[in-house]
Amino acid sequence: MSESVYDGATGTFVSPQAREAAEAEPLLEIADLRVEFRTRDGVANVLNGVSYRVSVGETLAVLGESGSGKSVTAQAVMGILDTPPAFVTGGEVRFHGENLLAADADRRMAVRGDGIAMIFQDALSALNPVFTVGFQIEEQLRVRRGMTRADARKRAVELLDLVRIPGAARRIREYPHQFSGGMRQRAMIAMSLALDPEVLIADEPTTALDVTVQAQIMDLLAEIQRERDMGLILITHDLGVVADVADRIAVMYAGRIVEEADVYSLFRSPGHPYTAALLESLPRLDLKGQELRTIKGLPPSLTDIPPGCPFHPRCAMAADVCATTVPEFRHLGDGRASACHFAGEMQSRG
Amino acid sequence: MGRYILRRFLQLIPVFFGTTFIIYTLVWAIPTDPFAGKCGQRPCPASYIEVMRAKFNLGDPLIVQYFKYLGRLLTGDFGETFAGLSVGKLISTAYPVTVRLALIAVLIEAVIGIGAGVLTGLRNKGFLDNLVLVSTLFLISLPVFVTGFVLQIVLGVQWHLISPTVSRAATFGELIVPGFVLGSLSMAYVARLTRTSIAENRHADFVRTAIAKGQPTKRVVGIHLLRNSVIPVLTLLGTDLGALMGGAIVTEGVFNINGIGGQIFRGIQDKEGVLVTGIVTLLVLVYLLASLLVDLLYAVLDPRIRYD
Repeated sequence: MSESVYDGATGTFVSPQAREAAEAEPLLEIADLRVEFRTRDGVANVLNGVSYRVSVGETLAVLGESGSGKSVTAQAVMGILDTPPAFVTGGEVRFHGENLLAADADRRMAVRGDGIAMIFQDALSALNPVFTVGFQIEEQLRVRRGMTRADARKRAVELLDLVRIPGAARRIREYPHQFSGGMRQRAMIAMSLALDPEVLIADEPTTALDVTVQAQIMDLLAEIQRERDMGLILITHDLGVVADVADRIAVMYAGRIVEEADVYSLFRSPGHPYTAALLESLPRLDLKGQELRTIKGLPPSLTDIPPGCPFHPRCAMAADVCATTVPEFRHLGDGRASACHFAGEMQSRG
Repeated sequence: MGRYILRRFLQLIPVFFGTTFIIYTLVWAIPTDPFAGKCGQRPCPASYIEVMRAKFNLGDPLIVQYFKYLGRLLTGDFGETFAGLSVGKLISTAYPVTVRLALIAVLIEAVIGIGAGVLTGLRNKGFLDNLVLVSTLFLISLPVFVTGFVLQIVLGVQWHLISPTVSRAATFGELIVPGFVLGSLSMAYVARLTRTSIAENRHADFVRTAIAKGQPTKRVVGIHLLRNSVIPVLTLLGTDLGALMGGAIVTEGVFNINGIGGQIFRGIQDKEGVLVTGIVTLLVLVYLLASLLVDLLYAVLDPRIRYD
């Protein structure tokens, strides 16, 4: 984490209190999380030691291609992995220092929605089609907070107002299919806020939406995060989406975090060749007409991750050591870390 | 919705005329003499047949007979059997028994079928799942009269748990075992359909959302999962209720129940055109109303379905 309190490049503000709290005790900390999928075709090592932390009032973006394990990490945190085939084989998920993976089912249920809430990519399938939007929000208030129907209804309307759904009092009686894509995602956000969670995990919240709506939803999320001083984990495959709102970015590849840095440093001087390649593959206006740069090759099969650095078959900088030794996730100072043998060289070059 | 219901009711009119006509002609198309065996060991005297033919318009062409019958039916007169019994009265004594039997059968199908389906759908594989799969296969393969006779002999004759036959009153208590027999086939299908439906929806996104919201497992399964999975099952149950209202000739026969099924059976044997047409028309209307009810229930259960 950089020392600057106000980050000019991203226009986000990190309060000193939040920073202190973060250093003392992170809100949510994932340490060396390992998950495997036991399928008929063999064991897929989906997470191979994922670690990241989120503090009060901080937005962490988790970036990666599909299959990199970013959503699985979130599902493991929530305890909503489908077991089988998914099994957590190691690591810890600490919420306020308490290891949730060791907690019993009741405790985990109590944390869901209340401590850590989650919103999903496709709100149409994530919302129950046969219940009204109001019912699905009120249900939490009634069951978890013991509110009466009338009180829960009132609070649910407030929540829909908060996410700026016009005509909330009327629309609360409608079903998810009667909402537009953007409104549905707003309703989903309202639902996730019902129990005032301390951490909100947003799993590709804008992927299913068109571009103008994407920006509105991101702004809404950023605003709610600031107002409530929540920890926000934004899972995405789209660098552009998170650049404005994230404080820090963790880049995932083949079930590992390969780089972690504040947004500004990451864009200025990536500390991992994979991040560098991702940045180069962003479409740029000044290179209009030229062929879009892509990362050659495909991500490794998770049942057969290559020895050494999992990225080495696609890496422009790969050397002999990369094929034999798994690079350590090393801290580079300034709150940055990278899992590349040549992270130092990359930094000095950048 | 209102317009849809009206349209469905209007559709009942041509169906009413169509079924009454077809049934009436079919009964008379059976090549037997309605007065054979009516007068004991000897053939009926010509004078008797003369009177009966006149009384029941048997001398008229079939189409004229039909319209005469229809005219009386529309005034609410179901007519009389050859023995002079009022068909309306026969229906009103037999039908409540059949309705009770059908309701019990559907209730058993719903409770046991859905219950077994949910339990096995939640955890496919394992002992319970195999038990339900095998026993439903068993019930599906067995003809109803086998299930009926076996239960009658074992529970009624050997263990004396129930009375082997049902009394004239045909109370709810007496009809439980016959209801089980009648519903057993559909119960097996309900169990299997529920199981598939639950297993399919168990990993649905909205179920995951309900868990992530911090809802207790009981609510996740009992409300979010079940409500979505039960929609196709209710269609099956509703249609089945309509069909069972039509009486159950075999089950009624095994347990000596005086229901509508037995009346139809006797009516066909004795060529009682008026009796058969009256009952069958009533049953067709009941079936159509039941399926209308199912369609409406469908829209209530799944708000994505709209009929206008």
